[in-house]
Amino acid sequence: MWNFSVMPPQASTLAPEHDAIFLVLTALTLLFTLIVCVTAVFFVIKYREGTKADRSSPVYENPKLEMVLTVVPTILGLIMFFFGAKLYIAQRTPPKDAEEIFVIGKQWMWHVQHSNGVRENNTLHVPMGRPVKLTMISQDVIHAFYIPAFRTQMYVVPGRYTQIWFNATKTGNYHLFCNLYCGTQHSEMGGTVVVQTETEYRNWLNNGGQNAAPVSMAQAGEKLFNKIGCNNCHGATDSPRAPSLAGIYMSKRKMSDGTVQNADEAYLRESVLRPWNKITMGYGKEMPAYESTLTEEEVLSLIAYMKNPGATKGSSVSSGTSREEGLAAKTDTKNGLAVNAIEAQTTDPAATPTKRRGSLSVGAMAAQKQTEGQK
Amino acid sequence: MSATSTPAHDQPVAEKNYLNAQHTVRSWLLTGDHKRIAVLYLVSVTIFFIVGSFLAGLIRLELMSPSGTMLESETYNKVFTAHGVVMIFFFLIPAIPAVFGNFFIPIVIGARDLAFPRLNLASWYLYVFSGILAVIALCSGGIDTAWTFYPPYSSMYSNSQVTLVIVAAFINGFSSIFTAINIIATIHKMRAPGMTWFRLPLMAWSSYATSVVVILGTPVVAITLLLVLMERAFKLPIFSPELGGDPVLFQHLFWFYSHPAVYIMILPAFGIQSELIANFARKRIFGYHFVAFSSLAIAGLGFVVWGHHMFVSSQSMYESTVFSLLTYLVAVPSAIKIFNWTATLYKGNIRLHAPMYYALSFIGLFTIGGLTGLYLANMGTDIHLTNTYFIVAHFHYVMVGGALTGFLGGLHYWWPKMFGRLYSDTAAKITAIIVFCGFNLTFFPQFIMGYMGMPRRYHYYYFAPEYQIYHILSSLGASLLGVGLILPAIYLTHSLIKGEKASANPWGAHGLEWTIPSPPPTENFTEIPIVTDEVYDFDPVAEHEANLAGKEIELPSESEQPTKVDEPTEAGKE
Repeated sequence: MWNFSVMPPQASTLAPEHDAIFLVLTALTLLFTLIVCVTAVFFVIKYREGTKADRSSPVYENPKLEMVLTVVPTILGLIMFFFGAKLYIAQRTPPKDAEEIFVIGKQWMWHVQHSNGVRENNTLHVPMGRPVKLTMISQDVIHAFYIPAFRTQMYVVPGRYTQIWFNATKTGNYHLFCNLYCGTQHSEMGGTVVVQTETEYRNWLNNGGQNAAPVSMAQAGEKLFNKIGCNNCHGATDSPRAPSLAGIYMSKRKMSDGTVQNADEAYLRESVLRPWNKITMGYGKEMPAYESTLTEEEVLSLIAYMKNPGATKGSSVSSGTSREEGLAAKTDTKNGLAVNAIEAQTTDPAATPTKRRGSLSVGAMAAQKQTEGQK
Repeated sequence: MSATSTPAHDQPVAEKNYLNAQHTVRSWLLTGDHKRIAVLYLVSVTIFFIVGSFLAGLIRLELMSPSGTMLESETYNKVFTAHGVVMIFFFLIPAIPAVFGNFFIPIVIGARDLAFPRLNLASWYLYVFSGILAVIALCSGGIDTAWTFYPPYSSMYSNSQVTLVIVAAFINGFSSIFTAINIIATIHKMRAPGMTWFRLPLMAWSSYATSVVVILGTPVVAITLLLVLMERAFKLPIFSPELGGDPVLFQHLFWFYSHPAVYIMILPAFGIQSELIANFARKRIFGYHFVAFSSLAIAGLGFVVWGHHMFVSSQSMYESTVFSLLTYLVAVPSAIKIFNWTATLYKGNIRLHAPMYYALSFIGLFTIGGLTGLYLANMGTDIHLTNTYFIVAHFHYVMVGGALTGFLGGLHYWWPKMFGRLYSDTAAKITAIIVFCGFNLTFFPQFIMGYMGMPRRYHYYYFAPEYQIYHILSSLGASLLGVGLILPAIYLTHSLIKGEKASANPWGAHGLEWTIPSPPPTENFTEIPIVTDEVYDFDPVAEHEANLAGKEIELPSESEQPTKVDEPTEAGKE
């Protein structure tokens, strides 16, 4: 809150021109306000009742002065009008080679469809250094598509297409707002514009709306397994410190209290988060609890890894999944677009218009990301 | 600013005036006296102003937190809609014309009443009726369309009291039309002998211009809102594309009225401003003709600039260009007024009483309000700034910094005349300074916030915490402004009970209203005056010489007759 700025980020080709006009107008405003206020205060002090200032030959009409005071502001105004009109016409005339993206506004989300069919909600990925034209329509009431960093805005009207275009000049995450009151959750109808380099953007498009090719859960689990150091103790074979986890899933485990435990998902989860609850026969309380360090998502991926019969034997699961992955990639190029669209819709937490209170933390995270991006 | 309708009967009152002529409630509610109707209006617009301010306070309180912790989104939307509807339809539009216009237009032109007293009373009843409807609507669920009622949201999607509020606005429109008809007819037909058009005080000119705008514009918005109602109730296809209508058509019709409506709100304040500047600088206004005609120019040009609200609405590029150009032209007459008020101070004999404080702060605030309008008239910058807090700041500088400051200035100026009591000048001056500071602190940060892209009508902004500092500053300012607006209620009420009796002309001002007793008798003038002197006929040179010679000219509280004002009237003879 305290690191406040007075300017929005400048991230499109037309933004500097906008800011130049804005600054000239600000200079003129300050100049005229200062002239008027200083003159008024000076006169009030000099000519307040009782002062000995000269009041002879007062002036009541001065058509010449009035003409000057009429003509000068008119000329200044016309100059400003000219530059404003020039910028406006540039803003409303998309270049012919612009990349086309389609936007649908509805209460209360933005739905974006890229030319190859990739879809996203409440985010807009665009390439840097390449004109992008948005063709927009609303499904219900009037909205306004507003990107402050690009200094561009247009109403999104039901029943007719409107267009805006821009050419982003800086990578990063920028605010996207609905800027025309559209009902109860109007404030929620925003998101992020993600400006990527041309290559990043192409990759993103080709990956069906993901920055990297999708990773299977088991792969992610393996990565995590090694990253947080599970593999230091849980090796390919049982060690004095810890049992091997190879083939552990659904096996019968003998506990130190004599009971037999079926190693199902619930058991595996508990053993990761609170290992001392159930100790395997022959082992001590060596393992730390991961209760406060792992997210549920991470635990799920660890379990997915442990389900793999060859898990933790040293042989990577990736060889096992690479075939599926290749398949997925193939589908992607053919008809996986729709699949990916569903995925984009379901995996992006900001995508579904949830109730605000619920999505608050997500939004806060996004905001944090966004401010980081802007730095 | 409070229960002002009670005549101060505990004080010894020497003569009959409009306040103590009759005492019954009936005599108030069925009065044809323009002054009593003005007082009724003063009480009612004050009540609505308090409601609107309270709602504004809620908004500012809520926005201090980025995550919207106090109100539900639906409630917040209803609160800002109610703030807009109440302040615009029930305070800003009627405030100056219906209170000061009603009270003083007949007096400053030397008439005994408005042309149509019963129409005048009917106007107040319509106002009250529409106000009650609006309050019922707000209490029975409220309305969440924003005061602009944009369809198809208002006609097809909103589940709130749209119908009732539109009916209220429709009826309220007739109330302002009635007042406008009265003012036009009165100025045309009832001027006293010798009161030529160019002897009219500028307040009369601006009220006249306002009334023309009201009569030409209000029917358009009334019909437009009725069409929204038709679509809402009977699915008549007009604005909603689902039914085959055009939503942008509504914006054209709505702004055709609502842009001139801005001038309905600000022009009367210009009039008061001219009165204050001339009478406290004790000098004929500089460029009287330019100021008078600039009001008419604003009224005329105001009708051809509505498209500047729609630069990003999907109207054609060429349409926008024409509207932008015309908007730059309408800025010129406003600039002329500012220059002329400032130039009037030159070689004046300036008395710094409380009303003059308001007049000076009006010059500063309206200059900023007007000039920031140029950012929005500029098509290039408007694309970015429209619908952000920049707009909010801009129109509050015009509406609060201009219209409300003008209203307060007028209230302080004419209070002794209206109620025959003096208030504490010092308290009023301090209040004027508090209002000025509080106002600037409230709305200046909103310019920056708007430039940074903070959208208006947002209930929360947790995703953009960089705006919070400005919201907090703004809310701080609003608290200060709130204090500044409560204070007049206290000292003005106090003046009604304990205030020193006002003389006929406590300010030493010039004008027919200052030649009759305070408060004025029911018939205003026992004999219709014959006007022979020019408007604002001060003689700063003579006053100055008297001043140098060490003579006291007149003390504000003592003067029974202004030194330099010698209207050949029989006023004050009673």
